[in-house]
Amino acid sequence: MKVTIVDYNSGNISSVINSFKEVAKDKVNIEVTADLSKIKSSDKVVLPGQGSFKSCVDALNKINGLTEALHEFAINNKKPLLGICVGLQMFADIGYEETETKGLGWISGKVSKIDNQNGKYKLPHIGWNQINIVKESKIFENIENNSHMYFVHSYEFLPNDKNVISATTDYSSNIVCSVEKENIFGTQFHPEKSDKLGLKIIDNFINI
Amino acid sequence: MLKNRIIPCLDVKNGRVVKGINFVDLKDAGDPVEQAKIYSDGGADEICFLDITASNENRDTIYDVVERTSKKCFVPLTVGGGVRSIDDINKLLNCGADKVSINTAAVENPKVVLDSSKKFGSQCIVVAIDAKKNGDKWEIFTHGGRNNSGLDALDYAKKMEDSGAGELLVTSMDRDGTQIGYDVDLMSKIASKVNIPLIASGGVGNLDHLVDGIKLGNASAVLAASIFHYGKHSVQEAKEYLDSKGIPVRI
Repeated sequence: MKVTIVDYNSGNISSVINSFKEVAKDKVNIEVTADLSKIKSSDKVVLPGQGSFKSCVDALNKINGLTEALHEFAINNKKPLLGICVGLQMFADIGYEETETKGLGWISGKVSKIDNQNGKYKLPHIGWNQINIVKESKIFENIENNSHMYFVHSYEFLPNDKNVISATTDYSSNIVCSVEKENIFGTQFHPEKSDKLGLKIIDNFINI
Repeated sequence: MLKNRIIPCLDVKNGRVVKGINFVDLKDAGDPVEQAKIYSDGGADEICFLDITASNENRDTIYDVVERTSKKCFVPLTVGGGVRSIDDINKLLNCGADKVSINTAAVENPKVVLDSSKKFGSQCIVVAIDAKKNGDKWEIFTHGGRNNSGLDALDYAKKMEDSGAGELLVTSMDRDGTQIGYDVDLMSKIASKVNIPLIASGGVGNLDHLVDGIKLGNASAVLAASIFHYGKHSVQEAKEYLDSKGIPVRI
């Protein structure tokens, strides 16, 4: 099996690479690339993302044919894809960080700044928060409800269809922190930085 | 609910831990990687390395330490000390650091905070503030506390938030190394001035000081070095103590 982590200059992805390699050991081949043919021939794809919504979308678009290759992989061929942090946010139609920016449009909805209730809540939302699992998801196998995961973000994904939400976390309001729509998975938190439970989620994704 | 974080900090010099945990079963007590692993296995919410390597020729030792640690520890890793430029930040992130803390360079050239937060995202830019009380205000010190910049700490903190810092790591120079507790007055004043999380540092001598940092200092996270060294307290003990005082922690 081959799992590809998309390397599209979206910021620091070394932790994502390290965690996937740790889980994969020698059983699974982890590729780190933006090569279109390698992405297409993968069994699974991981779409990381750090920085702003706009900077990540811009970085995706900068690589000729990349969004089309990802579309073919996830939408046409329905192969498993995991978006992490801004990687998940980009599933949306539109994001409002820095400026209004079009997303991939895979899961209808928008990405807006978390309402910090006039400074009552610090932003970014940084640290360990509990996830409230609202529907069964393949990536949450053997993950207990209310497990702690590591977050760092100021924007939240607001999907139109609430049925895609697999977990929320409580920070100012119930923030969507995980989605599953058919073969498309996403976590707002960072499984690669969430210690043993985070590695379990990565393991679950690899084993889908 | 978001939990308050406990962050053990290791001073690293020429790639070796200067002070550290003194456990008999350590294969190599001076190896930062082994120590970081003990902390993360013990429930540390993040790990912090402060590189205090003095000579330039040994500067590269920290990159090797970060690279090896990030392959073993799967909690966030912050690295500070001697971070001067975008290039330094880039190298540390590429080695596997999740956040980089900038101190002197941010005072001398605030643009480095602006540029780096734009380039890498605010989530990985921590501005380290070393402050010392002078009359009824606090002033910013640089170069490991040797130089007084004369800048007002509260104004500076706000300016760093506006420049794109994701977090502030605030150290009281008056308390650092004293083990008499954080300067909670300084912490709470800065915490109320900014909307980004504050990590309190400097002066922890016992577990009550951690409680004070959060309850009185309004810090989101508490950083400590020496109380975790030589096995005085484990991270787990600290968490259980905070929990017993009604502070939300990840247990």
